[in-house]
Amino acid sequence: MNTAIALAGNPNAGKTTLFNELTGARQHVGNYPGVTVEKKQGTCISEAGTFEIIDLPGTYSLTAYSLEEVVARDYLVNEKPAMVVNIVDASNLERNLYLSVQFMEMGIPVCLALNMMDVAQKRGIEINTDKLSELLNIPVVPMVARTGKGKKELLAQVAKGIGKPASPLLISYGQDIDKALDEMEEIIQENQFLTDTYPARWVGLKYLENDNQILELGSTRDKETAGKLSGIEEKVSRHMSATLDTHPEGMIADQRYGFINSVLKQNVIRFAYDRNRLQRSDQIDKVLTNRFLGPLIMVGVLAALYQFTFAYSALPVEWIEGIFGWISGVTDAVLPDGLLKSMIVSGIIDGVGGVMGFVPLIMFMFLGISFIEDSGYLARMAFMLDRVFRMFGLHGSSVMAFIVSGGIAGGCAVPGVMAARTLKSPKERLATLLTVPFMNCGAKLPVYALLVAAFFPRKQASIMVILTLISWTGALLVAKLLRSTVIRGEATPFVMELPPYRFPTLKGLWIHTWERTWQYMKKAGTVILGISILIWAMMTFPGLDDKTAAQFESRRTAITGSVQADILKEIETADKDTELSPKAREVKKALAGINGEESMAGLENSIAGRMGKALEKISFLAGFDWRTNIALVGGFAAKEVVVSTLGTAYSLGDMDPENTDSLGEKLAKSPGWGPVTAFSLMIFTIFYAPCFVTVVCIARETGSWKWAAFSVGFNTTLAFLLSVLTYQVGSMIVQ
Amino acid sequence: MAVINLRQMKRNQTGIITSVKAQGEMGRRIRDMGIVPGKAVTIQGRAPLYDPVALRIMDFTLTLRNNEADYIQVEVE
Repeated sequence: MNTAIALAGNPNAGKTTLFNELTGARQHVGNYPGVTVEKKQGTCISEAGTFEIIDLPGTYSLTAYSLEEVVARDYLVNEKPAMVVNIVDASNLERNLYLSVQFMEMGIPVCLALNMMDVAQKRGIEINTDKLSELLNIPVVPMVARTGKGKKELLAQVAKGIGKPASPLLISYGQDIDKALDEMEEIIQENQFLTDTYPARWVGLKYLENDNQILELGSTRDKETAGKLSGIEEKVSRHMSATLDTHPEGMIADQRYGFINSVLKQNVIRFAYDRNRLQRSDQIDKVLTNRFLGPLIMVGVLAALYQFTFAYSALPVEWIEGIFGWISGVTDAVLPDGLLKSMIVSGIIDGVGGVMGFVPLIMFMFLGISFIEDSGYLARMAFMLDRVFRMFGLHGSSVMAFIVSGGIAGGCAVPGVMAARTLKSPKERLATLLTVPFMNCGAKLPVYALLVAAFFPRKQASIMVILTLISWTGALLVAKLLRSTVIRGEATPFVMELPPYRFPTLKGLWIHTWERTWQYMKKAGTVILGISILIWAMMTFPGLDDKTAAQFESRRTAITGSVQADILKEIETADKDTELSPKAREVKKALAGINGEESMAGLENSIAGRMGKALEKISFLAGFDWRTNIALVGGFAAKEVVVSTLGTAYSLGDMDPENTDSLGEKLAKSPGWGPVTAFSLMIFTIFYAPCFVTVVCIARETGSWKWAAFSVGFNTTLAFLLSVLTYQVGSMIVQ
Repeated sequence: MAVINLRQMKRNQTGIITSVKAQGEMGRRIRDMGIVPGKAVTIQGRAPLYDPVALRIMDFTLTLRNNEADYIQVEVE
């Protein structure tokens, strides 16, 4: 086992950049036990030694109010890493040190990685690192994580510091609190109250801060001592509110900042320019968050993202389709006719090919999103949109969950549902959880891309913008509906940092994009393949009964028996490039027609066909035939399955091996399909039941299957009503 | 010199925080971000719909809703 080093710091301090710099490709992503907070871990091999780096969630503080903070705290206490590398933004030192102080209060060995020294220098901020190290009594290493500068020194310091014991930082929180702490510490020591895991004074501090986690833990362990401590807290609290018009929790935070300020004042930091001078970032913000220009630019950014995604991914998409078309052709030629061939060609190759064909598109989309996210623009979007979100009973931070889910098309509702964890108020969180699946996730894109290319050529970008607007409007209205009916309640604080604009690093963008694309591909490779085979089976069995099969056979024999033997021989021996005689062509066409009818009859008779048929009785209102119904049922497994199932449905129904036309062209030629049907199907795809992975996540995040079931039932009903409306109104207009 | 509510501050106006009345989670969140008595804040701008407000404190930019700004008293020139 390598020495464990925890990497911690504020969001936007460059933690991810440093993590990537330290571990390179040797990293993996998992979850903290029992919760869905992402846990990144990686190995760092260096001259100074080999370390296991654990990337703690980015936080500003260590309260018990948010899950990320509790997770970080629990990790430090339970896993006891050899050292915490606390990355701080040198250009924003004062606030960043607030978290450092809290690590030090816990008595954990800390090494300060003073990041973004270049930015600080440019702003005229001079930091005396030796002095800072001396005053805090911890190693401080100046560095620039983006370029890797200082990395070697950091690792050397880490190696040097391992094994050295650290003692909790003692600072004064004012007379009243200090006195109470002394009293509490004595009681805690005497009763060995939680001292097996936490330092005594720290437990006292948490009692004064009314920290839920520690209070609960304390009262289950030793009710009597817990009661004594709470008694002291109440006394101090009463006294402080009477004399100082404040309370312990507020005072402690104020005094931590006071301590930091006193450290920095001892010639640690010097500002060459006016501290409040407008930075370049602020100047950019004057335009990008301008009352009039801001929203316009935001819409422009969305449209540009679509354009970028579609324009640049077109060529690689074509290549992949070509490759799978070729594989399909070769397999078809090599394997003998029968069930196995049918399964491999229609079930596996078409299924996986249909999904993999969209990988380039999804990669470009993620690249664009990562750029927006890493550059700092995403936070501005939350800032500009908060007022709007609040109107619908949501929170500015909901925008993150919405965007991850596909608010900018191409996300995924699974991480989106998890991103909703950053929301504190259970009601806003629930409303967000239940409405994020309406966003256009990466798996819905193949469905849109297929339909838009087939029925709205040359209007791709504008249709996609329209679809985005529809999904947002729908989600917000539903959120409002939920927040005024089943989940009523008050709003929660919106305290958010607007990080300085930064040009994203290529490495960061690449890792970000690759991680997300890989997640998509893994899903495609496993779930989709399984579902694709399952659906193939549903569409193949039980097959035609003997009597009907015999009827088709006799119709064929009737044709073959009525023509001369040499014509049949001509058809059999001819390869695809040979020109047939007119008579032979006619016979071949007649036979192909019967074969097509037979496959169609087989599909209609299959399990899926029967389900689709049964649903057709109501789905015709929305313009869906049974093939579409089968595809939509399959889409419950994962939305991209809609595409692969349509592919399977049409290639089975029209078994022409020569026909390697893309599915879009096939649809465009099929009867019953037109722009109105296509649009109705897109509306249904936006709103109907989330894929089962998302449903499972909703159940886990809300802690109840009731909400998961609600989202399946409610969403599907809503989707059906909306697509019926679209189809009926659309048909009237078009005719 | 006058003590006013942070909500009433104008764009580009600077003041010194005198007190933060919020308690519980909101109070903690606000203080964690450095909004504590004695610090200088400058209003940097407001969102297109005038809410939330963006303010400069220490060396970074923070956003708050107007109804949260109500808890913060500021001394201005």
